[in-house]
Amino acid sequence: MVLYREGSRLVNGISGPLVFVSNARKAALGEVVTIETGEGRRTGQVLQVDGNICAIQVFEGTIGLNPGDCTVWFEKDVVKVRLGPSLMGQTLDGRGVPRSGKALPCFEKEAPITGSPLNPAMRASPSEFVETGISSIDLLNTLVKGQKLPIFSGSGLPANEIAAQVVRQAHVPGNPERFLVVFAAIGITEREARFFRDSFEETGALFNGVFIVNLASDSAVERLLAPRTALTIAEYFAFDRGYDVLVVMTDMLHYCEALREVSSAREEAPGRRGFPGYLYSDLASLYERAGCIKGINGSITQLPIVSMPGDDMTHPVVDLSGYITEGQIVLDRGLQARGVYPPINVLSSLSRLMNKGIGEGKTFSGHRQVADQLFASYARSREASRLRLIVGDEGLTETELHYLRFGSVFERVFLNQGDNALSIEESLSAGLKALSVLPDEELFRIPADLVEETGRVRIDEQ
Amino acid sequence: MSNMGRIRSLAGTVIRADRDQPVSNFEVARVGNERLLGEVIRIDGTEVDIQVYEEIDGVHVGEPVEFTGELLGIDLGPGLLGSVLDGIGRPLLGSFSEDGVSCFLKRGFFSRSLDTKKKWEFTPIRACGDAVLPGDVIGSVIEGEGFRHLILVPPGSGPSRVKEIAPGDRVFSVDDTVCLLENGQEISLCQRWHVRTPRPCEDKLSFSEPLITGQRVLDTLFPVALGGAAVVPGGFGTGKTVTQQSLAKWCNAEVVVYIGCGERGNEMTEVLEEFPHIRDPHTGRPLMDRMVLIANTSNMPVAAREASIYLGMTIAEYFRDMGLDVALMADSTSRWAEALREISGRLGEMPGEEGYPAYLGSRLAQYYERAGRVMALGEPRRKGSITIFNAVSPGGGDFSEPVTQASLRLSGAFWALDKRLAESRHFPSINWKQSYSLYEKALEAYFMENLGKEWRDGVSFLRELLDRETELLSLVQIVGRDALSEQDKWDLEMGEIIRITFLQQNAFDPLDAFNSLERQMQFAGTLKDLHELVREEIKKGVLHQQIQGLGLLRRVLSLRGTSTEEFQERSSAWLDDLTRSLSGLEGS
Repeated sequence: MVLYREGSRLVNGISGPLVFVSNARKAALGEVVTIETGEGRRTGQVLQVDGNICAIQVFEGTIGLNPGDCTVWFEKDVVKVRLGPSLMGQTLDGRGVPRSGKALPCFEKEAPITGSPLNPAMRASPSEFVETGISSIDLLNTLVKGQKLPIFSGSGLPANEIAAQVVRQAHVPGNPERFLVVFAAIGITEREARFFRDSFEETGALFNGVFIVNLASDSAVERLLAPRTALTIAEYFAFDRGYDVLVVMTDMLHYCEALREVSSAREEAPGRRGFPGYLYSDLASLYERAGCIKGINGSITQLPIVSMPGDDMTHPVVDLSGYITEGQIVLDRGLQARGVYPPINVLSSLSRLMNKGIGEGKTFSGHRQVADQLFASYARSREASRLRLIVGDEGLTETELHYLRFGSVFERVFLNQGDNALSIEESLSAGLKALSVLPDEELFRIPADLVEETGRVRIDEQ
Repeated sequence: MSNMGRIRSLAGTVIRADRDQPVSNFEVARVGNERLLGEVIRIDGTEVDIQVYEEIDGVHVGEPVEFTGELLGIDLGPGLLGSVLDGIGRPLLGSFSEDGVSCFLKRGFFSRSLDTKKKWEFTPIRACGDAVLPGDVIGSVIEGEGFRHLILVPPGSGPSRVKEIAPGDRVFSVDDTVCLLENGQEISLCQRWHVRTPRPCEDKLSFSEPLITGQRVLDTLFPVALGGAAVVPGGFGTGKTVTQQSLAKWCNAEVVVYIGCGERGNEMTEVLEEFPHIRDPHTGRPLMDRMVLIANTSNMPVAAREASIYLGMTIAEYFRDMGLDVALMADSTSRWAEALREISGRLGEMPGEEGYPAYLGSRLAQYYERAGRVMALGEPRRKGSITIFNAVSPGGGDFSEPVTQASLRLSGAFWALDKRLAESRHFPSINWKQSYSLYEKALEAYFMENLGKEWRDGVSFLRELLDRETELLSLVQIVGRDALSEQDKWDLEMGEIIRITFLQQNAFDPLDAFNSLERQMQFAGTLKDLHELVREEIKKGVLHQQIQGLGLLRRVLSLRGTSTEEFQERSSAWLDDLTRSLSGLEGS
């Protein structure tokens, strides 16, 4: 209970989402403020203090705010979220307050949403295989418990569908009772939010999930809080209560745009494409909250969705995300046009932690070799099809023609699995089936017995 | 009475405070009621700007600032090897920090980098009355499984004589005095050094030996000299970290300082989990025993990221002064430069290229120039070196950006990582067309003397064939593969064999992960013999198609999996075999 708080009536400027207050003699960075006006209250947060002038970002926006009519109260506290088991099944706003307007029935503790950095020496390496039921992920870009693996998507590509499919199908090792989805909608449209809602409702994820919703129509400043609130809740369930938490955050591009909006209102020097120079550190403070801790059961796996404006992988938001996360799943417009679902471009996709989650006892022995063979062969088939555009079929050698066939079988049979969930064994046999198009001597990366036994026999049978 | 001030402004990681008494630039300050660690980075009249090494959320304007009068320093001494420090030298692992180690980093905690309770057995090599100069060795302690840690007279002290020195069979903690000089100076097992000041040496030496990385593509085609600097730039997912970790595991340096500068926490964990179980191929001791890990991951405070590379360099210099070869790895320089940019932005400085401060180049130069091969101060005479391997993460994979360009100017080897290669899972994805090494000339004599002419022949064979392949590939783009002559078709295939078997190296296969220079030379020699053999046969009329059926690639790959002792024997046996089957082809 705060007995004394400091207030100021000297609002001397409003710019975008920011309010500038003077005479703030005791303001602290990140401190919560309440702005009282004749019409009601708004909440904000101190961004910067310069002498006795203080910049405050207002969560509800500044429209209709009159400097002469405001009293700014400093609350002597940073932004916190209330945590407790009763969060399950709730839909919250970006600040962690139930959207229904009703307060949480009870809570266990409060925690600042910025969290603290995880001690790198206390982390445990993520090493448990998560079966997503999507072959191109399971076999070639394996997801591991505690990983952060974003989906890079262009507009019109089915990133949401794939994320929902993963949530629906994912088999996380360990106790299924202790699996929880935290979903953060960051500046997405009502339509997209509804899609996720319906899809989670079908699978029951809605019942024991937590939903943080900041729609496109909501305040941009609150958008900066939404992923932090989501991750603080995830940390509570994972590390205090031992859940395996899957955090789906969509769309990180909107988050970064909100960051840019606030940064430009603060008149900071812009970096690439107008994004602030600290974009990397800021994104890292979110993505790095995934992981496992030594001696603690729970884990946080992140599946952020990042839109690529104009399908541009070098866009700063996409690029920096790629530098921080442990791999990426890249969606491809060409595959989409050829009618392949899920249109995952396996060559540009990558799971950095794959080697830790595969192999004997986890998936199957020889997993790495099969994956390498598929990657290398598909890369060659893409090369051959580029070459074909120039020299035509006549200019290609026998081997290159084999690769062309492999490429089309790979896309049609292996990638194009549709909405089905495939077990890792089924994914493997689909992969080997595609490889069986190639002559034996091209399959030099996989163990000889796998070439003979599985691949060949299957083809002969058909 | 200590020198105090008050906080005036707060903005991200930089705060502004006023002061009553003079302060010096880069003096350490304790900020706020929680006494967070910071460093003065600008003095402006009666106000100073301080970069704070911790998150400053919740710190109020008006809280006190204490100026300590000291520069940022680190304790150097036994116990450093095998430890994990954050960007300003606080231990992240181990039970000796005061409030213990927690899963989440609490701010404001303070701890010395060395374990002050641990005892070390000191063996003197000097006696009372001996004249000593700065840098002289007075004794040693044994660390881990036999690492000899020399105790030196700290640089900066004047010439003197030993007044008292501890006898051989006693144990000391790092703070205990083991030697007293006549000028009154007490020497303990540890010494403090300011991280931003280079440690002095007697002389810089020229490059004459390679640092052996065990990576075929690097040692053979783009070698780096002991004391040199190599830059490893690459977009995300091109394998910078795997390359850096392979180097840390297998290179023949005696001490490895690994700075995780603004990168992922899990990568540090990987090193911590894996390295203690791997044995150093050169000494047989656990790898972790030759490592100092500095972990300032991307989610840890930005200002400490800026300091971390100086900390790493100071530790490297300390071991260099013992006469050791040190490899210093920073992953990645770009994150360090971004920290610099962020702090500069908060100070409102005029930005240079891409928003980086104008002094980016000179700061980088100060860092790179601390590397090199040196004659250390003092007796007995010792040669030591620091070799830098710096990863660079250019935005969008574009090598023309300022950090890559400034690094290139300061280093001698450029190992360009290639996205296309990484996508087809060609690892290490070092582009052999773009990369270069300026040390080749300096190292020529070494290779000639130790490996002979065969080394040079192997290297030029590989170069020529890879060149030839590039040329032929562009021809194929126009006319197709079928239109090539039989000879060219073979050259093309040989190029592929070299790429897949020699240039690619499997970091996860224990037999392939590290190759000695001899083995690399034998491998190149085998490939050369293979090429000449087949070439001859094609001249005699054998068709390329017939050769394709022989599964050459698979055979060469299986050679890669043989142990070093067997390699030569197995490869010549195979070549003999091949000669026979080829002459069979001719007959048919």
